[in-house]
This record gives sequence, structure tokens and C-alpha cells, in this order.
Amino acid sequence: MSADVTIFGAGVAGLCVATELVARGIELRLVDPQPSPGAHACSWWAGGMLAPFCEGESAEEPVVRLGQEAAGWWQAQGVDVSHEGSLVVALGRDRSELDRFARRTERHERLDRVTLAEKEPQLEGRFDRALFFPDEAHIAPRAALAHLRQRLDDRNVPVLERADDVGGLVIDCRGLAARDVLSDLRGVKGEMAVLRAPDIDLRRPVRLLHPRHPLYIVPRGDGVFMLGATQIESGERHRATLRSVTELFSAAYALHPAFGEAEILEIGVDARPAFPDNLPRIRRWGDTILVNGLFRHGFLLAPALARMVADLVLDGKIPEVMDEDHGER
Amino acid sequence: MVTFYGTEVQSRLMLGTALYPSPAILEQAFRRSGAGIATVSVRREAGTERAGAAFWDLVRQLGVKVLPNTAGCHSVREAVTTAQMARELFETNWIKLEVIGHADTLQPDPFGLVEAARILTDDGFEVFPYTTEDIVLADRLLEAGCKVLMPWGAPIGTGLGLTNIYGLRTLRAQFPDVPMVVDAGLGLPSQAAQAMEMGFDAVLLNTAVAKAGDPAAMAEGFARAVEAGRLAYEADPMEPRDMAAPSTPLIGKAFLE
Repeated sequence: MSADVTIFGAGVAGLCVATELVARGIELRLVDPQPSPGAHACSWWAGGMLAPFCEGESAEEPVVRLGQEAAGWWQAQGVDVSHEGSLVVALGRDRSELDRFARRTERHERLDRVTLAEKEPQLEGRFDRALFFPDEAHIAPRAALAHLRQRLDDRNVPVLERADDVGGLVIDCRGLAARDVLSDLRGVKGEMAVLRAPDIDLRRPVRLLHPRHPLYIVPRGDGVFMLGATQIESGERHRATLRSVTELFSAAYALHPAFGEAEILEIGVDARPAFPDNLPRIRRWGDTILVNGLFRHGFLLAPALARMVADLVLDGKIPEVMDEDHGER
Repeated sequence: MVTFYGTEVQSRLMLGTALYPSPAILEQAFRRSGAGIATVSVRREAGTERAGAAFWDLVRQLGVKVLPNTAGCHSVREAVTTAQMARELFETNWIKLEVIGHADTLQPDPFGLVEAARILTDDGFEVFPYTTEDIVLADRLLEAGCKVLMPWGAPIGTGLGLTNIYGLRTLRAQFPDVPMVVDAGLGLPSQAAQAMEMGFDAVLLNTAVAKAGDPAAMAEGFARAVEAGRLAYEADPMEPRDMAAPSTPLIGKAFLE
């Protein structure tokens, strides 16, 4: 069969673009050699923080602005979104990092020992200062991917392992695999871990600032926590190193010693697709639209990119992140 | 113009390539500062299939001389292996040798440093050892074959500036002909200027630029400070004195001195 549109890649970018296009009446098919969400996609290993303001500490302005669409979009798709905000803390001697973080970001409140304990009772006495970002949210990435996939199935969107008869419009959402056509795309390795720590109860993601090993912990519910993530200039998609994992675990232990008793459920590693400025791009070459470079902002930026792709396909509206003149092919 | 191991470099500012918000901003920092040498860490990125190639290509494309380093190596063997890998990757005999002795402060291990420097110079490397201001250690490193020294200003990433001015002055005075680069611990352009005023040949920094709100602007700030400090050094600065010395004679006063 042939559809109007073929999307290659069923990671977070492909699924969001497909969802948005289907919602706006486009008939399409989705192609991925491994069509069910899983460990082959780098979004499988994501933190799922919808934290545009925190990301503003190191990311450029479009990430902060476009990321603000994310929580509402995911919620509108029926994904369970926790609107609990996020917390940022630093250990004693790294306290100046907290001031720096506060200077670089917006929409935060300063907490002291007492107000922090009101938000997260288990952190009582561990930190005397924190930043709270009330407008931020988080989701469980794997559940969110599965949910989008299920909804496409419910709407009878064909999801194929391969497509030989490619005609019509092609949307390439293959992430790092698209390096075969995008020579300025690179991989940035990330390592993460999933822990079960039933003694620890946190309601919201916590970022622990550290000059060398910043870390975040995202509660997944039922005493399960995702611990992330390293950021190494390497396209390697395997081989979590002892050094990285030690850094992650030490930071978790520093956040709360009860993590010392946590069960290690999983250690994950993959590489994020990124362009040199770490900002996403939409490119159009004839009948192909490429959506890539979501870097560490897959779940945060895929909704905005999906909207832009739909506006481009349906209304011919040029997305702000499109570099049409890019000559490469 | 400064010369290291027979290679002339235009700028006396050297920048690290880690911790920038993105490679694009890294490139802007280099372009705006005119820094002549880029240090790059090969250790962590080293993978099984040249996985760091994309980032290293970006560094090569900066068009500056690349000085690979052994950052994060805690033993002689590790540092030597990393140096050998760096030589193949970047096709250079230059190596900034770091042998870390203390995981928390990242203070150099002086014993391992000398040993690794000897092994590497014997193997044809041109070694830039990351060292302290200790003059005995400096002497040992020179004996081991190093022809450049990289004393720290302060521990890596602290931004404290020159924490032992006396020690650095002594080091500079003891080995007046050895090219020396103040490496690590600089947080502000004024601190870089101070090092250059003291007669150091160049400065190397990373965090102060990479972690600034506007890295490219900060890189330019450092470049200007380095130039200012070097000019001042070459201009032979006045000696400070305790008493005011008016630059015009006081009319009507006899020779009171």
C-alpha cells in the first residue's frame, strides 16, 4: 500500500511527528526495523524531565521557549504527566554552583531548609538551600513511547519493518542512524542507571549540581528511580564504563545515603544525536524532511518539532529551526 | 609569538575544549579569542571504534594547533597509553601530560609525572607536563627531557587565580629560558594578565571560558588580558615603591631628598 507520508524512525521524534500528523488528518505509515519502542532507540534511556527552565542553564534560548510546549502536549495525548516541578541542590562546598545556576535560569523559587523539607521531607537536613522550578514536569519515557505507539495502532496506522516502495513525502526521524546523510550530526554518549530504592520517597526530579559530575534523579514511582546521565563526546552506543557508573552512583549516594542500599535494576548507555550547536534541525531536501539533533531534549522538544513538521506539511509554514539552504545531500 | 618545541604559535592564549555548552560555542570562543592552541582530552572519549571521531574532527577544524592531553589519568601506565593513542589520533608528538595524584583536588602526582615524562620523551614525545610551582620537581622534569613546563595557578577548575605568587615567581626566575605556561586555576582575565606580567610565556584555561555565561566574550576578554600582560612584561614595568614619587618636580621645593 502507499500512504501520503512515510516516517522513518519510531523513536520519540518519529512517534511524536506521526501522532501530530495523524491528529491533523494525514494518512501515513511508520517504518522502523524494530517497530516497537525498546532499547534500540536512544529515547528509551531518557530521563523524561520536561524541564525547559533548568535546561536553560546550558542550552540556548529555543530549548527554553519550545520546551514549554512539551508538558501540555504530552498530557493532551493522554500520557501521565507529573506536574510536581523540579528541584536543584548542591552539596556544601559546591554551593556557589547553585547561585550560578540561579543566575542563568528563570522561573525558580529559592527554598531554605524548612521550605525544602516541606516539598521533599526526605531531603530534610541534607541541604540548607535549593532552587524549585514550579512550572516543570516529568513523564515516564518508556510508558510515553508505548502509549503513542498504541494509539497509532488503534488508529490503524501501519508500522512496518521496512518499506521498499517509497513514494510521496518522506520524513526521516532516524536519530543518529541518519548520520549516513547528515555529516554534521554527531553522537554524544550518555550513561544512566535505574535503581530500586524503596526507602526513598521523592516526588519530583532532583538535580545535584557538581562542577565535574552533575546528576539528576527522576522518580518513576514504586521506589524506582532513574539516575542520569553522563555526557561524553563520543558516538559510542554501548560500554557503560566503571568510571561513569561510579560517578553516577557516588552522586546518588551524596544526594541521599539511603541510595547506598538501592538495588541496581539496569545500567543503560546510548548516544544522543546532536548538531554542532546542540539544537534540533528540520531540513527539507525535495520530498524528504529530516527531523534530527534533539540531543538530550527528545521528550522536551519533540512536541514542538512535531507541530512544526505538521505546519510545514499542511500549511507550507517554514519552521524556525529549518535550515533550508543547507546544501548537503 | 611564542615557541614550543620549535613550533611558533601566534597567540599566547591556549584553551581547553571541554565543558562548553556546545561545539558551536566552543568554535566561537576560539574564533573570537584567536587562541593558538587547543587542548583536547582523549581519554574518556576513547572508544573501541573511534567513537569520539566526530568531536575530534570538530576540534581539528578549529584550525589551531592541537595539544592532546592525558586528563583524568591517575597512573603512569594510563598516561603513557593515552599519550600513545593521542599521537596516533592527532598525528602529533605533543602531549600535555597530566598524572593526577589526588582524585578530589586533581593535584598532580609529582613522582608519576617525572616517570611518565621520562618514558614519553624517550619515546619521542614532546611533553608539556602539568606540574606544580615546585622548583625541585621542575628540575626533575627538565632532566627527564621536558622543554616546556606547565605550572598550575591553582587546582583545576577552581578559578582561584595565582595562589602561590612567590612560588611562581621563584620558578620563573630559576628557569628563565624554559617556556612556561600557567595552566589551571585561572578564573578571570586579570589573573591571566598577572601571570603574563610575571613573565610566563602563555596561559592555558578551560573552565573559566567554557562555564561563563557568554563563553565567546569571556574568551576574548582573556585574549586581551594575555596580550596586555605580555606587553607590560616586555615593556619592563616600574618597580613598586613605598613612597609617592610625583612625576613632575614640585615647584618651589628645594632638593629635599
